[in-house]
Amino acid sequence: MIADALEGGFTEAPVQSARAFREILEAMARPGTIRRVQGAAPPQPLSVAAGVALLVLTDPTTRLHLAGQADCPAVRDWVAFHIGAPVVGAEEADFAVGTWAALQPVSRFRIGQPDYPDRSATLIVECDRLVNHGPALTGPGIETVSWLNLPETATFRANRSLFPLGFDCLFTAGQQIAGLPRSTRVENL
Amino acid sequence: MTEIIEAGAYNFAYLDEQTKRMIRRAILKGIAVPGYQVPFASREMPMPYGWGTGGVQVTAACLVPEDRLKVIDQGADDTTNAVSIRRFFQRTAGVSVTEATTEATVIQTRHRIPETPLTEGQILVYQVPIPEPLRFLEPRETETRKMHELEEYGLMHVKLYEDIARHGQIATSYAYPVKVEGRYVMDPSPIPKFDNPKLSGNPAIQLFGAGREQRIYALPPWTEAVSLDFDDHPFETSKAPHDCDLCGARDSYLDEVITDDQGGRMFVCSDTDFCAGRRAKGHTGRLGEAA
Repeated sequence: MIADALEGGFTEAPVQSARAFREILEAMARPGTIRRVQGAAPPQPLSVAAGVALLVLTDPTTRLHLAGQADCPAVRDWVAFHIGAPVVGAEEADFAVGTWAALQPVSRFRIGQPDYPDRSATLIVECDRLVNHGPALTGPGIETVSWLNLPETATFRANRSLFPLGFDCLFTAGQQIAGLPRSTRVENL
Repeated sequence: MTEIIEAGAYNFAYLDEQTKRMIRRAILKGIAVPGYQVPFASREMPMPYGWGTGGVQVTAACLVPEDRLKVIDQGADDTTNAVSIRRFFQRTAGVSVTEATTEATVIQTRHRIPETPLTEGQILVYQVPIPEPLRFLEPRETETRKMHELEEYGLMHVKLYEDIARHGQIATSYAYPVKVEGRYVMDPSPIPKFDNPKLSGNPAIQLFGAGREQRIYALPPWTEAVSLDFDDHPFETSKAPHDCDLCGARDSYLDEVITDDQGGRMFVCSDTDFCAGRRAKGHTGRLGEAA
């Protein structure tokens, strides 16, 4: 294990994770809104926001999938020291982190069971940037309509059609984070 | 660290970090599937079941040090349950507290929605005794889970129909079931049905915690929650046909208070902050004194 893996966690975990969770909660409850989180310094290629999301939501009881470039020794060591989540394949994962391209095909991820739709994966999708421009979002959490630069629309429309099953997404870029639960309807206008 | 030691050597907001992560994951899944009851590993809290252990755990998982917390019990800020939960979080999370609905960022509530409209940025946390709306019709969890899975809610309509057959109207007056976004039937906790219209299209985040029954569910902002009814018996709210005797409000939910053993009684707003705010503005009712 390299010494760098010991750095980059929260310095005051209870308060920092509380503040970060509120931002993540607002992001997930209001799809399309872009929030800022801070406090983590994960190794490359993970963004600050992806690192924060992992520190706040994952622990030894959640199975984590590292996709593409995110599956590297530095990230594995960092996850092992700060989080302790078992790293698993996509089919078993509770959480997955990687770029949208690396996460493909997303049909591998768990969408929950008809009687337990909560047993589904949460994807942390690394993006270059997040802006309120692009496909239109409607549904729970959105008063009229909001916009977010999603990587595509067809997959999210297919995911919505599975409701109440489906996976949920957090999009991360730098310190920015946005949410897209399965309940959101996505349209290319 | 000093603030934590001064707060009595508790971890921030009492619960340990792993417990809070588990609750936070359940809250996010609840937000993603509005109205669906997410199982969670409810902890024992330093208060008995029935005193809001579910709500307290949800509040603990959401609080940040900058929050201003309001706690109400049947609308009142000054009853035992509200006072003790407020003190609990003052001591373990060091948050400031308020009785004003407009100043609060997190509001934990037992069985009421404040009269003052909520706003974006606020979180309303409900204490829920029995989260399963079908439980009194079907005691088996395996069966009610299957009914939610199959969207088989005929039994609930039969129950409401039997109300009409027996009483001439839908007699359910609290914990009145709602259908969320056309999918899950949800128990809004035992709020009076007077409050049901405020559930729907609310700009605040609404979270529901049932400690003994180990369930968390949620209504994201602007989510549709329709009270179940029939075309020829549409849903109607109800309240005591009086004005508040202290502030004169005609549109607020009222408590009936027995004042003597001669049949004397008065009706007062159940929402103490709303009532006090009106009296401060100079409104008075039948028995109220001008401020």
